Amino acid sequence: MQFLQKRADSVAIALLMLVLLIVFPLVLDDFRLNLMGKYLAYAFVAVGIALTWGYGGVLSLGQGIFFGMGGYMMAMFLKLEASSPELPDFMVWSSVEALPIWWLPYQSLTLTVLALLVLPALLAYVVSYAVFRKRVGGVYFAIVTLALAMMITVLSVGQQGQTGGANGITDFRTMLGWDILSAESKLIIYIAQVILLGVVMVLSSYMVHSRYGKVLVAIRDREDRVRFSGYDTAHYKAFAFTIAAIFSAIGGAFYSLQVGLIAPGVVGVVASIEMVIYAAVGGRLSIPGAVVGAIVIGFLKSYLSENFPEIWLYFLGAIFILVVVAMPNGLAGIVDRLLRRDASPRPNVAPGVAP
Amino acid sequence: MSVSTVSAPLHLDPSPSKPMTSSVSQAHVKSSNPVLMVEGLTVAFDGFRAVDNLSLQVAKDELRVIIGPNGAGKTTLLDMICGKTKPTSGRVLFKGEDLTKLAEHQIVRRGVGRKFQTPSVYEDLTVGENFEISIPKAYGIKTSLAFKRTDAVRKHIHGFAEQVFLGDVLHQKAGRLSHGQKQWLEIGMLLIQQPELLLLDEPVAGMSPREREQTGELLQRISHGRSVVVIEHDMEFVKRIAHKVTVLHQGQLLAEGSAAEVQADPRVIDVYIGH
Repeated sequence: MQFLQKRADSVAIALLMLVLLIVFPLVLDDFRLNLMGKYLAYAFVAVGIALTWGYGGVLSLGQGIFFGMGGYMMAMFLKLEASSPELPDFMVWSSVEALPIWWLPYQSLTLTVLALLVLPALLAYVVSYAVFRKRVGGVYFAIVTLALAMMITVLSVGQQGQTGGANGITDFRTMLGWDILSAESKLIIYIAQVILLGVVMVLSSYMVHSRYGKVLVAIRDREDRVRFSGYDTAHYKAFAFTIAAIFSAIGGAFYSLQVGLIAPGVVGVVASIEMVIYAAVGGRLSIPGAVVGAIVIGFLKSYLSENFPEIWLYFLGAIFILVVVAMPNGLAGIVDRLLRRDASPRPNVAPGVAP
Repeated sequence: MSVSTVSAPLHLDPSPSKPMTSSVSQAHVKSSNPVLMVEGLTVAFDGFRAVDNLSLQVAKDELRVIIGPNGAGKTTLLDMICGKTKPTSGRVLFKGEDLTKLAEHQIVRRGVGRKFQTPSVYEDLTVGENFEISIPKAYGIKTSLAFKRTDAVRKHIHGFAEQVFLGDVLHQKAGRLSHGQKQWLEIGMLLIQQPELLLLDEPVAGMSPREREQTGELLQRISHGRSVVVIEHDMEFVKRIAHKVTVLHQGQLLAEGSAAEVQADPRVIDVYIGH
């Protein structure tokens, strides 16, 4: 069973990579491929949510925080390059005279990449470990993350001169002098993103099938018992949450690169909750499923909002309700059930082999 | 035979931090140092003393059974030994170290294993995986990510599964086991931790007569080289397994001795029939 699950995951990831790397670039036009890049930015978040929520039972309604951190940091770097040697335009409009100190590191790409990997991880670990240590979990943790997301959104909207306010950061087009808006460079960014997403999926899949992943599932189902198996469960959960935060930040950075802007609306509470829907639709117990969920919902959002601009949000709500009611394990759960029906009369494996 | 019942009321000792002075408890400890020493343990919930100035000692190789009517504080006592409940006062010395200051997982790492009243296994994992994550000394995230399921590990797991009669169901989800099998699995998960002190809360509840018999033999076997504390109601079963029996009543120690002795004790009879 275990072995089969692991192999099924690997096959699904390989198939998905094939579609993303070869089929989509051949089939989709530049515009659609760029949209796909946007959906895939959210796929990073969805994988992290599958990890923490699906396997660890930790529901975060604030993944937009980390997505936003990654997105903003990348955008800050791009904006500084775009406006250099002047200050970014929104600072000038708010009559900010000198570059704020906390912007300084983002003049260097190396420091930016480092910061967008390390800072979200630090924040995620410190906050979640403190909360988990106090044995606060479940709905209460979700509320804590929700509140944090709200706080950060309000803060960034209020600080017009430092963060670009409600408009966010926009209007940049080069990275180290390289035009990121041309069709060719968009394709390169897309390919890089897909490869990184592949790495993220393989890592996550390894995690959930390792002993660590088994402990995580055990914590989800019976956290008390796991303590009496000798584990510091708060540390385990916080680690999963931290990994998810790093994935989200990577997604956010690609979002800025693909879409050319980052704003509070993209990373706030509503966006954070949508991210959970991606994972739920794809199947929160499947790493590749989460990616498919992000693509499907992203596509539906674009399609529905183009064709039913007035009422498309209702469709989205209906889909979520349908998933929750009819397919608790999402699309991946359905595929799993179909496959299992095929393979159900399995001969008994000899004891002691391949647990 | 030594005197088996406590004649002096133990709660007269006002200082819980002082070493146990009751000569009665010490009379039972064989020559070796006790592995577990509970000293003046008290816990109050909203003023109600669930366990009241309780002291007892358990030696190595000993299988101790704790009995007592409902609400006597049996489960609460185990909860305090394993860190689930923090006592209001008193100490739990395990090999000389006070456990009341430690978190649950630290107590487990010191060598204390706890089985709960309702079988607590990880239902969504297979039996083999339940054993796997109970293997000790790989508690860190790094070690647990790098953990390899080698043949040696599989053999190790299989060995422990055989001990608790689950060798043939390693690949089944634990949620699909029978009640008795879940009890065994939980005991097996504790055994693979190789604890020096095992705390078992009603290990044969819900078992068939045949399963009870097997479990009785199992408990006898596993008490070699460690200490086992069992909470049990069924006197027939108690008589079969117990080296010594401790009777609790209203959070206090009522009697201590062999199964036959406590059964003949008029105060024990009174407590059981009088309720």
